[in-house]
Amino acid sequence: MIEKHSRRGDLLLLLGFALVVAFAPTIFEPIGGGYPDLLQKFAIYGIFAVGFNILFGLTGYLSFGHAAFLGVGSYTAVWSFKLLTMNVLPALVLATVMGGLFALFIGFIALRRSGIYFSILTLAFAQMSYNLAYSVLTPITNGETGLQLTHGDPRVLDALFGVQHGDGLPSTDLFGMSMSGWSGYYFCGVVLFAMFYVSLRIFRSPFGMMLRAVKSNQNRMNYTGINTRPYTLAAFVISGMYAGLAGGLMAVTDPLAGAERMQWTASGEVVLMTILGGTGTLLGPVLGAGVIKYFENIFSAFNEATLMDVFSFLPETLQHGAVAITGLFVGEGWHLTLGALFMLIVIFLPGGLMEGVNRIKALFRGGLRRGEVRRPATMTG
Amino acid sequence: MAILTVRNVNKRFGGLKALDDVNLEVQPGTVHAIIGPNGAGKSTLLNCFVGRLEPDTGVVDFDGVSLLGMKPHEINQAGVSRVFQTPEIFGDLTLVENVMLPAFARRDGAFRINGWRPVLSETGIRELAMEMLRDVGLADHAQTVASQLSRGDKRRLELAMCLVQEPKLLLLDEPTAGMARADTNNTIDLLKVIAGRGITMVVIEHDMHVVFSLADRVSVLAQGTVIAEDVPERIKGNQKVQDAYLGGAHL
Amino acid sequence: MDAFVLQILNGLDKGGAYALIALGLTLVFGTLGVVNFAHGALFMLGAFCAVTLQKLLSLEKVTEDPTQLTAWGTPMEIRTPYIETWLGDLGTTLIDYSVPVSILLAIPVMLVVGVVMERGLIKHFYKRPHAEQILVTFGLAIVLQEVVKSFFGANPIPQPAPEIVAGSADIGLLLGMDPGTVVYPWWRMVYLLFSAVVIGLVFAFLQFTTFGMVVRAGMADRETVGLLGIDIDRRFTIVFGLAAVVAGMAGVMYTPILSPDYHMGMDFLVLSFVVVVVGGMGSLGGAVAAGFLLGILQSFASMNEVKTILPGIDQIIIYLVAVAILLIRPRGLMGRRGVMES
Repeated sequence: MIEKHSRRGDLLLLLGFALVVAFAPTIFEPIGGGYPDLLQKFAIYGIFAVGFNILFGLTGYLSFGHAAFLGVGSYTAVWSFKLLTMNVLPALVLATVMGGLFALFIGFIALRRSGIYFSILTLAFAQMSYNLAYSVLTPITNGETGLQLTHGDPRVLDALFGVQHGDGLPSTDLFGMSMSGWSGYYFCGVVLFAMFYVSLRIFRSPFGMMLRAVKSNQNRMNYTGINTRPYTLAAFVISGMYAGLAGGLMAVTDPLAGAERMQWTASGEVVLMTILGGTGTLLGPVLGAGVIKYFENIFSAFNEATLMDVFSFLPETLQHGAVAITGLFVGEGWHLTLGALFMLIVIFLPGGLMEGVNRIKALFRGGLRRGEVRRPATMTG
Repeated sequence: MAILTVRNVNKRFGGLKALDDVNLEVQPGTVHAIIGPNGAGKSTLLNCFVGRLEPDTGVVDFDGVSLLGMKPHEINQAGVSRVFQTPEIFGDLTLVENVMLPAFARRDGAFRINGWRPVLSETGIRELAMEMLRDVGLADHAQTVASQLSRGDKRRLELAMCLVQEPKLLLLDEPTAGMARADTNNTIDLLKVIAGRGITMVVIEHDMHVVFSLADRVSVLAQGTVIAEDVPERIKGNQKVQDAYLGGAHL
Repeated sequence: MDAFVLQILNGLDKGGAYALIALGLTLVFGTLGVVNFAHGALFMLGAFCAVTLQKLLSLEKVTEDPTQLTAWGTPMEIRTPYIETWLGDLGTTLIDYSVPVSILLAIPVMLVVGVVMERGLIKHFYKRPHAEQILVTFGLAIVLQEVVKSFFGANPIPQPAPEIVAGSADIGLLLGMDPGTVVYPWWRMVYLLFSAVVIGLVFAFLQFTTFGMVVRAGMADRETVGLLGIDIDRRFTIVFGLAAVVAGMAGVMYTPILSPDYHMGMDFLVLSFVVVVVGGMGSLGGAVAAGFLLGILQSFASMNEVKTILPGIDQIIIYLVAVAILLIRPRGLMGRRGVMES
């Protein structure tokens, strides 16, 4: 993968990114996405996918267990809300640190192997975490019910500084600024922008180059005097920290953590977001996360009545047929759409949406300048 | 004093004796060729220099330090670079990145998170890489993706990647294997230039043309043991060597 | 002692299911070089063959009997399965035996599913990176399970075993222990026997037929066999179909033990992958041995005596073993060196 980049190009990219984050409410209004809950989801999953891409996109190590770090982040943040304070900063810092520590432990072991063995090791660790969260770790995770705030929580820091919460369950805040509604979205948006910027710096740095080289030819790396293990471990820990942070943000928007967040289907979702957008590209993962969360939102809200409406232009018999078929893919059947999308992308567009964008660009430029065809980013196992 | 000393090295694979009491001394600043018929143990010997194989017994010293038990990246950091039979390069990276990477390894060691300062700001390293690309004649393609190169050009790139590290010893495993005659000659010319800079080289080869146009000294390996060591002119006339080659009918 | 025997028996039937799934998984991997994340879905499809047949057999004809009245004064409805009205006692027997009879339905269905899957999708991924194989088959697995969910709903659908084997055997009594100490359902014994027979048949097929010889040669060295000019493509399709049939039959017969639901494939897939890795990628014997071994281990870990010492161990034992094996002996119990290690 190469991207001919310049400082000016990166600056424009960052500026554009910042503008989209800032004006997202207006931009997504026409397609029915201009409300804080959904935009917050875009931002949080965007962070998750951007972090995952640092591991998978750069080094090619396919982890099937990243949801475990997300779950750890959520639990940590909720505990911080219960024990320390409803302020989100300590919660997020702790969630990130815990995600990183957990990733350090798992990565240290799993990275002793590569290829599919690595994938299965990460999957095994995530499944263990999930199973334990449901069983013996119930004192920490509150099992199937999920970890929630209660009236009896100590919140020592809040007590110390005399922060008062009303009669109901307290809500999260940033030094008094509420984390619900638009301020909640803008907080997540700012964090997303910061994390995107960090990822850009990593991509452009010698460290990022080393990670890409690991994917390209590990044998050559060793004979070039480079110890690849610490590099892959660093990438793994960084992506674990991103996941922990994303998990923490989930708890910020809704202070509740459940084990299902750690299930391997959740790990599969972030893989899908990354490849849908474009593995190893900067913008791809954010794009993929946005597209999936958007369609999930739209599709799962559809029901038979709305479908009848959509197909009302057809004659009645056809209308019923069309509704019956499309009905499989929406509402409860959203996962079917997701699976089909997964297959279509891998089959026809392994480079993801970004590859599609580049192909279209090349099509336009093709008339002017023939020659060097850029090879799409491909994955290695 | 020799830069590479191999003393009484033995290696068995099951019942097969791959290396039988091999002795070798490589003098600094020379090109030392190791030749021999197929299956003589040349590659096994090379793998003992780079940390891929551990001899059963014996000594492999480089610059006064034992290489045994060291990992490949540690051996490289000690000053040994290697060229593979099939060029090993970073196919997904551009040529200039391919050469910058070993330069970073030289400067920053086996591991360092250099994750904030952009590669673009590393002008010193970039200049060095461009200079190496010019030396091997690939400067015009600096922004090409390496996987698109021809075999001969990949070999040049690999050499540039080794040279940028200023190795004390350069190991070459059949550097012209599988190449067309023109590519072979180009590669020989390039290797001569490199040798002219005083870089010590150990070349494993069975193409006699390559050996006699490059080597200062030749060791002949047959059935895992060194049967002759001399300057190229005298090796040509050596009866044992001719027997080994003709007897094996591998020339 | 009795608890020991019981745990081994309990582990064996689960182990049989693991072994059957892992067998197909490793067969496909060894010959086709494809990592098939949709293999669990084939197991699930097999189970739903049984559900389908049971539903078909028990389609009922409703008649009203005016001579009898219900409490509300309406005529009593008499429901008789069509099959009984057509075939009489044979029909009743068929309904009773619907699970084993489903095998007859499952074999052709799974063969078709397998062949279509290989020709339509997997074939195009032989040369693609493993990561893409994993991803595309993962997508397929989701699609298959969601389709099943939309037809059969999300709840488990219990499948009764034939009445003759519905009860339990007091094995302890046979072994000279006190009655009631080792009680083991007959159907589980049937399942155990069934898995042993299927495994035996697959091995015999690979051992004694020319086709099997080519397949084994292909597992040992794919490139060379390709060079021999043997039409490997067609054989790949058959191997894939075979693996699908084995997984499907395993699914059919497992239904009385575990009521099938749409996500059972995923649940078993993750474990079966672990089984394959523990056994050694590409080793058929390893897959079978590891399947039974892990089944038994899991069953021991769920003993109360063990759980009090190591809480939660039953939840993670298989994964722990997998991690340990991968670190200490990455080739697995019986794997060859170099498989998938690059």
